[in-house]
Amino acid sequence: MYHNYDALIVGGGGAGLMAALQLAGAGSTAVLSKLYPTRSHTGAAQGGIGAALGNHEEDLWEWHMFDTVKGGDYLVDQGATELLSKEAIEVVYELEHWGLPFDRTPDGKIAQRPFGGHTRNYGEGPVRRSCYAADRTGHMILQTLYQRCIRNSVNFFDEFQVVDLLIEEGVCRGVVAYEMGTGELHTFRAKAVLLATGGFGRMFSITSNAHSFTGDGPAMLLRKGYPLEDMEFFQFHPTGIREMGILITEAVRGEGGVLLNDAGERFMETYSPTLKDLAPRDIVARAIYLEVRKGNGIGGGDYVNLDASHLGREAIEAKLPDIQDFCKTYLGIDPAEEPMPVQPTAHYAMGGIPTDTDGRVLTGTDGATLPGCYAAGECACVSVHGANRLGTNSLVDLVVFGRRAGRHMARYVAENDFLPLSPEPEYAARAEIDGILGNTGGESDAVIREELRAVMMDNVGVFRERGMLLEAVKKVRELKERYRNISIEDKGRTWNTELLSALELGYLLDLAEVTAVSAEARTESRGAHSREDFPERDDEEWLKHTLSAMRDGKVELTYKPVDITRFEPKPRTY
Amino acid sequence: MKVTIEIKRFDPERDEKPHWQKFEVEAEPSDRLLGLLQKIKDESDGTLGFRRSCAHGICGSDSMLINGMNRLACKVLVKDLGDHVRIEPLKGLPVVKDLIVDMEPFFEKFRVVKPFLMNDEPPPPTEWTQSPIERALFDDTTKCILCACCTTSCPSFWANKDYLGPASLVQAHRFIFDSRDRGGEERLDMINAREGVWRCRTIFNCVEACPREINITKAIGQLKKALLYNRY
Repeated sequence: MYHNYDALIVGGGGAGLMAALQLAGAGSTAVLSKLYPTRSHTGAAQGGIGAALGNHEEDLWEWHMFDTVKGGDYLVDQGATELLSKEAIEVVYELEHWGLPFDRTPDGKIAQRPFGGHTRNYGEGPVRRSCYAADRTGHMILQTLYQRCIRNSVNFFDEFQVVDLLIEEGVCRGVVAYEMGTGELHTFRAKAVLLATGGFGRMFSITSNAHSFTGDGPAMLLRKGYPLEDMEFFQFHPTGIREMGILITEAVRGEGGVLLNDAGERFMETYSPTLKDLAPRDIVARAIYLEVRKGNGIGGGDYVNLDASHLGREAIEAKLPDIQDFCKTYLGIDPAEEPMPVQPTAHYAMGGIPTDTDGRVLTGTDGATLPGCYAAGECACVSVHGANRLGTNSLVDLVVFGRRAGRHMARYVAENDFLPLSPEPEYAARAEIDGILGNTGGESDAVIREELRAVMMDNVGVFRERGMLLEAVKKVRELKERYRNISIEDKGRTWNTELLSALELGYLLDLAEVTAVSAEARTESRGAHSREDFPERDDEEWLKHTLSAMRDGKVELTYKPVDITRFEPKPRTY
Repeated sequence: MKVTIEIKRFDPERDEKPHWQKFEVEAEPSDRLLGLLQKIKDESDGTLGFRRSCAHGICGSDSMLINGMNRLACKVLVKDLGDHVRIEPLKGLPVVKDLIVDMEPFFEKFRVVKPFLMNDEPPPPTEWTQSPIERALFDDTTKCILCACCTTSCPSFWANKDYLGPASLVQAHRFIFDSRDRGGEERLDMINAREGVWRCRTIFNCVEACPREINITKAIGQLKKALLYNRY
């Protein structure tokens, strides 16, 4: 089938829906999502959205900006971060006006809690900046945005998997999507396309990410020869439920929970004397690994305890009800009585599709854009998270830059005409799908997927080193070769989820390769990228963003400078 | 331990009617049922159809009828099910393939109650204030993840597909009891109908089914009271 829309949004999470809402009245708009929008992973965010409202104590957007820059180990574009910290405030109020049920202070204002790396007066101590709704803030944001979209009669194509971007003569002109229910391919012609497809943590074996987080948008651009930015920076959240990876929000520590080793020692006091358990995530994740390495894991094992029992049952039930529910369901543990066994879990991609502050996709180091193509949210890299994202800033990023991208698209579609598409725009997508359906090579996509996740977790995880990274690159390339021979059993057209997961595996393999190659090349330690063979940050050589592109089957790396406006790089201590 | 999983299968491209298929899976007591379904799909039968995404009870994708109860497959563990598990698609919605049902009739009913904040007053420069007590009035119903476990466990819904169903009433409650909302009267008129709130017979299946532990029958009771006494 053939469709025409002024604007297309690919992905129904926070960034996509926020952008869609900006296009009301500006032109016809459709949201294409491989899930029902309310299933999007924005809904899994727990602890809050950062904004310097100052509802409990003094707070300034400049402090938020500074914390974000320092938290990202200075690999943060400061112009974009100034927008992030300023606009966070107005967007949080806007969400509240749309009905977002924030928790409240006694005088009826939006409640705020402390969070990792968020400080008052440039690092003096924790500040209450995270605006929250219990431990289900992401759920509330996603629901509120979806509700607002229903109010505005936004067009949705639910359970449509976008499988190709239509880029001709350097202009993005639409997408091809596969309808899960029928197996039909649809061509959507558009003046502007926003990619808001989320993250790709599914390349790691222990992750907090949804099954659907397979990096579809970035991988599709990568395959067309466009670069991705800072792919070596992947955040491991320190507190995932042991082995399962399910996220235990930083809000547990924001509310006063502490990490304990086997001896019952509060080990973060050693690693971060000022912020302690509320140090940024990269620092806490490394501290847990180091404790485990010293034999201080619980029972000598590979995890530590997160203890919140001293907060009292009432506080836990009121402020952390979902965490209590997860622990009871999956561990048979009540956090009001017992500590929670935790270990780092692959959580968030700081890197992704390079964009400017209006969401326009950048094609290289010279600031040139890909007309008609936008990206926002976790799949994008604007870059406000640099080498390590602060807690709460993912939700800020979604709504601030989803909004900015949507607003720019509204102007763009008003000023530009539809461009023609070549005949048979579905040809490449059809060939890829038929290639998988008809393949009799005998390789199993499930086996390749598990091998990929294992090697990425073991070799491209919290601590990295040259030999292990080279081994990972080799292994991923071998898996990519084997992927060419995968066969699937399901040849049907109705809800062929096996085909979908084979396509998703293809995206993950491409992203894993550029991640490992970018990580091997960066011979320093910065934020979430910790090289045991290069333990120091090296501003002289490496205060720059990586751009990784695929050229003739090889990864090509180039670099671009970091935008520094207010805060000169300093040693990063907490 | 070895677990026998019986799944009600239906592929519209191959089957005239549904049939049961048995799988034997090696499992740990702490495994999520979703993990076992994924294992069957990866190792035994790639054609098995089910939805899933977050895998920890937040997104609402993998609702299904498990040993006679509506559950999220990712939120129920092997140890709670025993070594014999029977899985069917949700009842009362058209089956598309295996455990996948057509959710559109469910979302259609969701949209009917105008599930969005209605308030055309110019907003203040900061937030609308709302006391913690006002906020608590609708806290429970903000937790809904639209998984349809409640509506598809409701005998009143099975008997009459025009009934709005518990999930839509939960959404109506979430806004009617929000002090910032001005659409309460309009929504109350909407649900004050035979196919609205009065179709609820307080059977409590919805409360047992809800993976978010929302006290749905209580919320519906509050809506009935609001209608009877014009208090909300």
